[in-house]
Amino acid sequence: MDTTTQAGARTIIREFLRKRVGQDIQFNDAEDIFAAGLVNSLFALELVVFLEQSFDITVENEDLNLQNFSTVENLEAFILKKKDK
Amino acid sequence: MNLELTATQQALRKEFRSFVDTELLPYANAYDKEGYIPLELIQQLGEQGYLGATLPVEYGGRGMDQLSYGLLNEEIGRACSSTRSLITVHTSLTAETILRWGTKGQKEHWLPLLARGLKLAAFGLSEPDAGSDTAGIKTSYTEQNGSYELNGVKKWITFAQIADLYVIVARGEQGITAFLVERNTPGLTIKPMEGILGTRASMIAEIHLKHCVVPAENILGRKGWGLPQIVNTALDNGRYSVACGSLGIARACLEDSIQYARTRQQYGQLLKDHQLTKQKITNMVTEVKAATLLCRNAGFLRDKKDPDSIIQTSLAKYHASRIANTVAADAVQLHGALGCHDSLSIQRYFRDARVMEIIEGSTEIQQILIADHSIAGLDTIL
Repeated sequence: MDTTTQAGARTIIREFLRKRVGQDIQFNDAEDIFAAGLVNSLFALELVVFLEQSFDITVENEDLNLQNFSTVENLEAFILKKKDK
Repeated sequence: MNLELTATQQALRKEFRSFVDTELLPYANAYDKEGYIPLELIQQLGEQGYLGATLPVEYGGRGMDQLSYGLLNEEIGRACSSTRSLITVHTSLTAETILRWGTKGQKEHWLPLLARGLKLAAFGLSEPDAGSDTAGIKTSYTEQNGSYELNGVKKWITFAQIADLYVIVARGEQGITAFLVERNTPGLTIKPMEGILGTRASMIAEIHLKHCVVPAENILGRKGWGLPQIVNTALDNGRYSVACGSLGIARACLEDSIQYARTRQQYGQLLKDHQLTKQKITNMVTEVKAATLLCRNAGFLRDKKDPDSIIQTSLAKYHASRIANTVAADAVQLHGALGCHDSLSIQRYFRDARVMEIIEGSTEIQQILIADHSIAGLDTIL
């Protein structure tokens, strides 16, 4: 993944999260969306399906670590790591 | 979005309808009265590939798309919600969840057996004190030298009476975790339950686990991720099956009502010519059509692996299970005394419909999920 698509990944992640938490809710790329209580019980599953569909990756059991999914920055890093494999 | 059925889907629907009309519908009332479905029927479902409908061919499944699987659930649900509930717990809740999150070993061992119905599976989540509040489960696990000891009671478990494999969701030091537990595991006992209002042949039971030890390789999914990973995946799969099954109940009520209205005379004319009957039929058909579109939409999005498929499945389940109740109530009313008697299927549909609003996430749970999504933004809903 080159830098252009890296930037694209962050935009796509932000757009997805905005749709799920609400356009009027403010959060930054380093903010833990789970700890902030911004998402409901279905969100983790929706997030996995979103990541797999949007970035053509497969989320495995060992990837399920809250750290990977907690912020926009961490999600971007997770995708880059999966793409590098 | 094109929700028209493809030629393959139309052919499958014809196949399902033919099977249901000859092998299931004539016997469904008897199953309901007797409180079980016979092993011969389960064998037939396995031979037809209906117990592994969506599993890949490499595992012995039929490799159907989700939309076709929805049609299967609708057609089976049109005749017998108890049989449909077997498909829900065996295929949707368990086999599809093992396919998604199971280890290579779990998939290679279990999926070929489940796909042909050589082994049956059930999903052990609910407990005496934990229904909708899944986080309230008390069944526990403790790690012992690399194995796990399970203790507790599961209740209301569909087809637990005859299942060979149970997914057991338990809490422990490392968080809520799911385990694959075989029926013959020492310490596991089954207590059949009777007296359920609807889906009376769904062979529900309690699962008692007392010092029940399973190896670490029986953990399904990631340790501590039992709820967000395994339960949510299973319930999402199950909701689609129940949505389409509920649609089947409503469709059966509509078809039977039209048939009855064509032949029943009252006040010197056929029921179908009474204006109030026309109103009932119109309301029923509109609800059935709306539920059909919501179920097809959910199937279409599930086949695309669209993240919106999850809330759209919830929406389909919410609407289809509710209209199954209103349409069944209208059908009972239209049939009069006959609708209240067990010589017809209508009373069974009426009772079965009630259960649909409770299983796989109650109506109230769906309302919370759908409202939360809607308030965040209507884009994912409309």
